[in-house]
Amino acid sequence: MSLLSRVAERIYWSARYLERAETTSRLARVYGNLLLDLPRQAGLKWDLLIRITGCAERYRDLHPSPGADTAERFFVADRNNASSVRSSLAHARESIRTTRDIVPSEAWRSINELCMHVNQELDAETSHRRRYGIHSTVVEGCQQISGLLADTMSHDSGYQFFRIGRGMERADMTTRIIDVAAATLLGRDDLARFDNTLWMAVLQSLSAYQMYRQKIRRRIFGPDVIGYLLKDEQFPRAISFSLRELGGALALLPRNAGPHKKLGDLRRMLATLDVGRLDIPALHQWIDDVQLAFGELHRLIHHTWFEPSTSAAGPSPVVAPAQDQGSAQRQGQTPGSTPGSTVGSTVGSTLASDPGVRPQIGAKV
Amino acid sequence: MPIDWTEYQPGEFYDELFAAPGNARPAAEHLTGYLASLGQRELAERQGDAERAIAEMGITFTVYTEGQNIDRAWPFDVIPRTIEAQEWARIERGLVQRLKALNHFIDDLYHDRRIIADGVVPEDIIATSANFLEACVGANPPYGVWANICGTDLVRDKDGTVYVLEDNLRVPSGVSYMLENRIITKQVFPEMFEHASILPVDDYASQLFDMLASLSPRKLDFPRVVVLTPGIYNSAYFEHSYLAQRMGVDLVEGSDLVVADDQCVYVRTIRGLERVDVIYRRVNDTFLDPECFDKDSVLGVPGLMRAWRAQTVALANAPGAGVADDKVVYAYVPKIIEYYLHESAILPNVPTRLLRDEQSRKHVLGDLTKWVVKPANESGGYGMLIGPRSTPEERAAMVAAVEANPRNYIAQPVLALSTAPTLVQQEIEPRHLDLRPFILQGERIWVTPGGLTRVALRRGSLVVNSSQGGGSKDTWVVAVDP
Repeated sequence: MSLLSRVAERIYWSARYLERAETTSRLARVYGNLLLDLPRQAGLKWDLLIRITGCAERYRDLHPSPGADTAERFFVADRNNASSVRSSLAHARESIRTTRDIVPSEAWRSINELCMHVNQELDAETSHRRRYGIHSTVVEGCQQISGLLADTMSHDSGYQFFRIGRGMERADMTTRIIDVAAATLLGRDDLARFDNTLWMAVLQSLSAYQMYRQKIRRRIFGPDVIGYLLKDEQFPRAISFSLRELGGALALLPRNAGPHKKLGDLRRMLATLDVGRLDIPALHQWIDDVQLAFGELHRLIHHTWFEPSTSAAGPSPVVAPAQDQGSAQRQGQTPGSTPGSTVGSTVGSTLASDPGVRPQIGAKV
Repeated sequence: MPIDWTEYQPGEFYDELFAAPGNARPAAEHLTGYLASLGQRELAERQGDAERAIAEMGITFTVYTEGQNIDRAWPFDVIPRTIEAQEWARIERGLVQRLKALNHFIDDLYHDRRIIADGVVPEDIIATSANFLEACVGANPPYGVWANICGTDLVRDKDGTVYVLEDNLRVPSGVSYMLENRIITKQVFPEMFEHASILPVDDYASQLFDMLASLSPRKLDFPRVVVLTPGIYNSAYFEHSYLAQRMGVDLVEGSDLVVADDQCVYVRTIRGLERVDVIYRRVNDTFLDPECFDKDSVLGVPGLMRAWRAQTVALANAPGAGVADDKVVYAYVPKIIEYYLHESAILPNVPTRLLRDEQSRKHVLGDLTKWVVKPANESGGYGMLIGPRSTPEERAAMVAAVEANPRNYIAQPVLALSTAPTLVQQEIEPRHLDLRPFILQGERIWVTPGGLTRVALRRGSLVVNSSQGGGSKDTWVVAVDP
């Protein structure tokens, strides 16, 4: 029996929000440290992170005269920021809550506990030290849930949507981080002395530092880091790797021709990129194009599998041999004609969509 | 400090665990001895463990207040309620008898109406019933069974008699809490289960699935069964997803389903549309199909009633089953049992006055403080008046409501509901309770061993509904060695 479209969509979003919560916490943890290491005149502030998540405009609207802690709270704890750690976890919890019949029950318990714990900690007036602790809790909690799903959920189509959501969010986050880091750091002579520290921070925020050192055995150099995060085939948060992961998951789904073709476009964009020859505006333009392509891929995924389709099951092109659990049952189940009725969406189904509509990165830098 | 049960004083009420202070009933002997050995502090700690487990497991129910939906943790009391297996066997027979007769009755009402022709039930009661659905006349649900899932409310009076208080034949809820209560109790008192013979409850989901599968119009090895929920804002959403998960079937919302021109119901999947055979619907009758009932409902599926009448899909419970879940019809159930089964009722009704009857109305309205007055078609304890606890304003409002629509009200004497020891702010005190067993009828008929015990947590309160400050307890049907 095939997976419900609505459930597929919620699983997809639960993966995206879990990944978003995790990366946001990593960013917060790394930058919290970094700010302690750098002199004030370096001019780096939490605002930088808010730019990465694409919420700068919303931040300015909500907080016209920010205090010392405002930006950090906005980034981590603010319910009005749909991309804050707290909101991302809440959305992940809600998506899992509404797919509880499909997702292993331990995953629901884990996300529920994690949310309760984080909310308690965030509500308490916390010291810097404890704030740091929250981020570790979030990263570990999200990892635990991913691991739990990988090991206790059937790797059926539902799980493929989890992989796709995670891959999409990773690619999105990684490109955002590269874009903002490049714009901020490359070509800033006044920051040159901190170059090493700053690029280390970029790597750490994607937990890539150790793997990077093992691979690139020389002094840390900005363009190397960018090249690694874009094109490394073995590091899970690199774009190349994410694309391969997405390809693997798409191949196991029915009716995958459209998304598969778009993924091919993305692969080509990456393959033909020569990082060494790019200047900052060109890199920025390239990332813009990639983000647009990911946006298009998301649209195709939505259109293919999530949108309440009124077309009947039937032969449609499949690019790679799919795990065809339902082929026998599908025979002869095609309704006589296309039902004309479309059903208005219920309040509940809007939960699945992304309330934190994030502007394309190019729109605001 | 060990617990001294002689200090526990249920007073004039029938207590489920104690025949007299310090003198436990046979089914409760083992339990109360064990609790006494734990002591008060340890017991309070276990209550804390249970509450943490409930929060972590995310066992919630939703309350609508002040325009907001709040997910509240399920209120649970750690001290189980016991019933002796022999007594239970009799109650079970009574429940089976009652549901069988009610299903005959519903089927008769939508077909030949013999019971009306024979003068046993007055026609006008059915004609004015809000739950009688014209759209169901002549329909033929599988096995002639309309109410496949029934949650019957039982109460015990001062003298120990068990009465049927209500038949819930529409979309009764609570069974998931019955199951979770047992899981939590096993976590909190694992020692108890090693020594006592407590009937297990955890095969409910497979019994439910088998019953639902038996309704499939296509005789397949694996019919597609789904649970239809109104969505996450429904107070029982937790239960809907819980049951779907336990049965391994899809939880769907109205927008996931579509009725095609072939009159079959399909679900939207990542492969396209796939046929659905059985819908366990947790959406009320009139929201099921905007073509047929409430035009503005977005919870239902247009054309669903057409499909159901064409018998391409089974709905459980069948639409229209609620006609027997009317508190006026309730008063006739003993006669209904005699009429269809030629047996007398094993479980008595609470004596009920129909206020459509002028004499009864005069009598009851003459002194409302002695009566419980209920509207015929409400559930969840809404719209009810408990005479002895009411204010003059509430009584005046009830008099006006009854005069305006006498058909819609019944009155019952105030029962002295039985009690059981309950942990309230670390002290053990008697609290009133009821019992909701669940009965499944498809090809076969099956009753949960025990059911959901609901307890009024406020001192002296008789209202056990979770939406109104009630809690719950695990229910143990205990085999006692002779």
